[in-house]
Amino acid sequence: MEFAITTLLNVLAAIANLALISSGLAVIFGMMRVINLAHGEFIMLGGFATIYAARMGINIWIAIFVVSPLFVAAVGYVLERLVIRHLYGRLVDTMLATWGLSLALIGAATMIFGNRVEGVAAPLGGVSIGQYSISLYGQVEVWVVLVLFAAGYLVLKYTEVGLVARATMQNPAMAASLGVNPSRVYSFTFCVGAALSGLAGGFLAPLSGVVPTMGVAYVARAFITVITGGLSILVGTALSSSLLATIGTVATLFTTPVVGDVVLLVAAIVLLRLLPKGITGSIFRGAP
Amino acid sequence: MKLHDYQRSILWALIVGGVAISLPLVAETYTLINATIYVSAAIFALSLALIWGYGGILCFGQAAFFGLGGYAYALTSINFGDTTLAIPIAVATATIFAVMLGYFLFYGRLGDVYLGVITLTVTLILFKLINSTAGDAYRVGKARLGGFNGIPNTPPLNWPFQPDHIATPGETYVAASVALVLLYAFCKWLLVTRFGRAVIAIRENEVRAELLGYNSRLVKLAIFSIGAAIAGLSGAVFATTVFVSPTMFSLGAAAQVLIWVIVGGLGTLVGPIIGSIVVQMLTSALGTVEWINPNFVLGVVLVAVVLVAPKGLMHVFELLKTVTRKKRLGPEESAHDQA
Repeated sequence: MEFAITTLLNVLAAIANLALISSGLAVIFGMMRVINLAHGEFIMLGGFATIYAARMGINIWIAIFVVSPLFVAAVGYVLERLVIRHLYGRLVDTMLATWGLSLALIGAATMIFGNRVEGVAAPLGGVSIGQYSISLYGQVEVWVVLVLFAAGYLVLKYTEVGLVARATMQNPAMAASLGVNPSRVYSFTFCVGAALSGLAGGFLAPLSGVVPTMGVAYVARAFITVITGGLSILVGTALSSSLLATIGTVATLFTTPVVGDVVLLVAAIVLLRLLPKGITGSIFRGAP
Repeated sequence: MKLHDYQRSILWALIVGGVAISLPLVAETYTLINATIYVSAAIFALSLALIWGYGGILCFGQAAFFGLGGYAYALTSINFGDTTLAIPIAVATATIFAVMLGYFLFYGRLGDVYLGVITLTVTLILFKLINSTAGDAYRVGKARLGGFNGIPNTPPLNWPFQPDHIATPGETYVAASVALVLLYAFCKWLLVTRFGRAVIAIRENEVRAELLGYNSRLVKLAIFSIGAAIAGLSGAVFATTVFVSPTMFSLGAAAQVLIWVIVGGLGTLVGPIIGSIVVQMLTSALGTVEWINPNFVLGVVLVAVVLVAPKGLMHVFELLKTVTRKKRLGPEESAHDQA
């Protein structure tokens, strides 16, 4: 019984983790059709922001929830203006250019911070359930993700900002003729995506430590999740994170974390063979 | 005698190859080893040039086949004590893996982008998998996988079926160069066959090609597997000279080959080969400057090329060539030339 509860809580934390590292990518790819291969490096920058902010004496929670997203959004703004905005509509080129950005950011971070793991103590401890113990921090993550997704849904569905954003993504020319400045909407959306990636990085920093090459570990999983999710960014990402994280965690339980990752990937590829447009492209059409 | 375009290219390749093969007469061992690494990179670039430039298949994870070829070579040659069979087994391993992966990619009808992401993901997963094989438990026959250290005792090439007759660095270099020239000629020839034309037709317009009766999924799977076979061979060549380690599957390796192809020029075979040599010389020259990180340079080069010359440097030359040729021939004949 206790084992079942801890396993369930661990699965929930894994789902939240996958959803959190995928959310920024889901916004940038799902809404803007920009393949951001520098996503992992946005996470890495968020991690460094949190660690350095915490070392300067800023409260760890403020570092995670305020400093990291703002810092990465600023970096995202600069990169969008310098590089990405020239490439809208050229899907393959966005992929190549953002990969270039990814390598350049890894290189720059290595030059600045050095190639060693930096860490910060995780706030909150563990809690024991019978003979097992789980981390409270992981359970906080579950709530953070729930709030994020609910907020995302409400903003996209019921506010003017969401309406304008959705309209611009669907038809920039039409939106422009109605008085919207698409360039600004794109830039803003990219910043939101970057901020979410930064938040993910900040949240992960105490868990896994931060190193310039850490992004590689996340970009593949995030992409697989978003692609498996399909067209709809919120529902799709939520569904595919739940499915893939459950499969991955169960596989990890019986074998090793690396095999768990492989099983996660194989499951995603098989799923894409069956549903080439992802879960929401084939089953739950029209979900936001 | 009037030669076809492709026959002329092959002739040129033979001439350049003939000159390149005489390098061991003048160069020292250190240079020869480096030159072999460059040749292995050129073969690697050729493999992606074929499937991306002509097949239109954006494979971000070509390094997976490079690494698989290398590891298959190392494991086979350690176990057999002879490298003769190791080369074909390296090629076969990469090809079989490509057929299995390609089935899911092409028969699932995944778009360009998804294909790119999935191949990249597969490469990174292989990287993780190989990286985690550090313990004694991970061994294939006599060979220990060695985790992140790789297999430092990867055997050098020996003469066919003579395990005691180890090839000198010069002989290895010549063998690699001959392989490069032959593969280049093979690709040139392949592209003018019916199959090659179908590959290009599908790149141009997949729906139209299918309406004309081509089985685009099968054709794409076939060209993808041929590219993987060539990449597998390049991995084996690399392994004969250096040694295999998980970095063969790393993001850096995956990115490098793409950068070679795109800098050299998409849709040509010579361009990527030249690109591989130029970019490698650039990175190794910058590698001597301590405070600059090679990843940083590669990244900036990639961004700059995508923004400024999205079709690569070879197309800049082509453009110049067409302009001068038009002047020489007059408009009508040059129009024929284009077709």
